[in-house]
Amino acid sequence: MSERLLEVESLQVSFVTDEGTVQAVDEVSFALGSGEVLAIVGESGCGKSVTAMTLMGLTRLPNARCSGSAKLRGEELLTAPERRMREIRGGEIAMIFQDPMSALNPVQRVGDQIVEQIRAHEEIAKGPALARAIAAMDRVGIPRAAERARAFPHEFSGGMRQRVMIAMALSSSPSLLIADEPTTALDVTIQAQILHEIGRLRAETNAGVILVTHDLGVVADIADRIVVMYAGRIVEQGSLDELFYDPQHPYTWGLLGSIARVDRERPPRLPTIAGQPPSLVSPPRGCHFRPRCPHEFARCTEVPPLESRLAEAPEHRDRCWLSPQEKRAKRVVDGQIGLAGGTTVVA
Amino acid sequence: MRRFVVRRLAAAVGVLFVISVLTFLIFQTIPNGDPALRIGGRLATAQEIAQIRHEWGFDRPIYVQYFRTMEKIFNGTVVSYTQGVNVLDQIRHGLPATLSLAVGAGFIWLMLGILFGVITAIKAGRFADRALTVLAFIGVSSPPFFLGALVIYYLGYKAGVVPLGGYVPLGQDPAQWFSHLIAPWLVLSVLFIGIYSRVLRSTLLDTLGEDYVRTARAKGISERRVLARHVLRNSLIPIISLWGLDFAQIIGGGAILTESVFSLHGVGQFAAESIGRLDLPPILVVTMLTAFAVVLLSAVVDILYAVLDPRIRLSG
Ligand SMILES: Nc1ncnc2c1ncn2[C@@H]1O[C@H](COP(=O)(O)OP(=O)(O)OP(=O)(O)O)[C@@H](O)[C@H]1O
Ligand SMILES: [Mg+2]
Repeated sequence: MSERLLEVESLQVSFVTDEGTVQAVDEVSFALGSGEVLAIVGESGCGKSVTAMTLMGLTRLPNARCSGSAKLRGEELLTAPERRMREIRGGEIAMIFQDPMSALNPVQRVGDQIVEQIRAHEEIAKGPALARAIAAMDRVGIPRAAERARAFPHEFSGGMRQRVMIAMALSSSPSLLIADEPTTALDVTIQAQILHEIGRLRAETNAGVILVTHDLGVVADIADRIVVMYAGRIVEQGSLDELFYDPQHPYTWGLLGSIARVDRERPPRLPTIAGQPPSLVSPPRGCHFRPRCPHEFARCTEVPPLESRLAEAPEHRDRCWLSPQEKRAKRVVDGQIGLAGGTTVVA
Repeated sequence: MRRFVVRRLAAAVGVLFVISVLTFLIFQTIPNGDPALRIGGRLATAQEIAQIRHEWGFDRPIYVQYFRTMEKIFNGTVVSYTQGVNVLDQIRHGLPATLSLAVGAGFIWLMLGILFGVITAIKAGRFADRALTVLAFIGVSSPPFFLGALVIYYLGYKAGVVPLGGYVPLGQDPAQWFSHLIAPWLVLSVLFIGIYSRVLRSTLLDTLGEDYVRTARAKGISERRVLARHVLRNSLIPIISLWGLDFAQIIGGGAILTESVFSLHGVGQFAAESIGRLDLPPILVVTMLTAFAVVLLSAVVDILYAVLDPRIRLSG
């Protein structure tokens, strides 16, 4: 890992709601270096966005409780005063959101929206700021940027809007870029272009990137390291190779089993993991994945710590009580990595 | 744009036609509507009534009566049945008071409606929200004649800080104009402030949950700027159309109660008196004036909409 950009330690975020306390993020720890891409992967509702938003100081709500630590270049983000967080938001940390259709203000010109971001962090006149906005749009591959800057969001396609969001995020040269499911709302060819764009910018600016997604397939080309989350907790983390070739947690097996892979013959049906994620108000005792896990045994009612169980890979951590030998035997389904007992859906 | 104007004008003509026919027909069916009886008065003999009926043309077929009345309205000679005065002169006479009432009250209720809407949305669920919510409900359920009577009694009669009613033209004495209007403005505004603040509150709360508001926050701009530039601006769009229609109503003499309580002698009070006398021509003219104001203002609102929201294109 190059220079330590971000260090998250035992991050906990909960929300008090009418139904009870939602433990959205539970003991999450990870680190990220400059120029690195970290993917956070998991099903809907597992706390990926809350983790990302907390780093931006956007979960400071009256009903939210936060603990642990998140340091950007050594500076604590969780307790930073709001004034400082405002400098960081959109300055040092920029964020791209899931749905580019709704993430831009429908009644403001695209160029003005980027200008607003630039001028939030610099004393710069409108003219030069607009020139910078146009340059940023040009850089992310928006054709005729000078003219398009005067257009409104509804005059752009989904992919182009996401490029606008990226241009906006980049316009103030952030050192950390958080992309929260940047491609989920886009079709497959556009997805690849947007990911390519993010990858290129990472290389050009040496920014660290957190890529949030629920699709492990999306991260295969671009991520250096992966964090797999399940019901608010990290269940496994490691390098891309470690996770793809030696996955330790049954949930990861399930995710890997449900990727449509180009290097294999496309199955007519794609397996998914049977069952639903648990409620975050009253999650199951012990391992949260236990009710959906075909390999569950007595010890699973205790919470497994997140630690490396492999002598050869100390950075490869997981939360599963099975021994590495058992895991290697159990994760093979029909000659491939997968989770036994999955249901299949038409791909 | 030209197509828009042409279409709206055509719509205005259509609306005026339909509304005038309806008003006319209603008068044929309501009991005691026979204008000859009203013109003749209580002591007229049957023969005199027949005479009046013939002179005024009430014995002609109804469509002839309608077209003759319309003709008189458009060439400005239409006369009230019971008072014998020119209706358009009366309206022209009442319009400055009504316009003064509408403009001042419209401004006050829009501003205060926005202010209270914003406060209740930002403080949603907290004390300021609850307190203003209760006030809004009291406002919405206080009839202007009741509020007006209270104001006149306590602030006018007892305290003497406002006049007891009447209208002083702006050109004659601006200070008097203002002091005669401030109480009617506020009384008329109360109801609308209550409605507008509630509507705006719920629109604001919806907008606060929009993705683009989150994007705005993620830019690192101040919360105040997020609220003003992204939340409030977008939430005002529905309020503006509401305002346009309410404002049009008042211009068309819709503030009957407020005008009467404060004796402003505007179009609304004129309408109220005419209704009391079941006097068709003034009622017809006031109704058409209201309809015209509504059509006009809704065209203005649509233009504003298109300016405020680029996704909307002007169409007829
Ligand atoms: N402000 C809030 N108040 C209460 N609960 C919240 C709040 N924000 C998030 N949550 C809850 O926290 C949990 C995690 O949500 P989060 O948005 O992080 O999921 P996610 O992993 O990003 O899912 P998705 O893939 O659907 O975006 C959810 O159960 C959600 O309902
Ligand atoms: Mg999310």
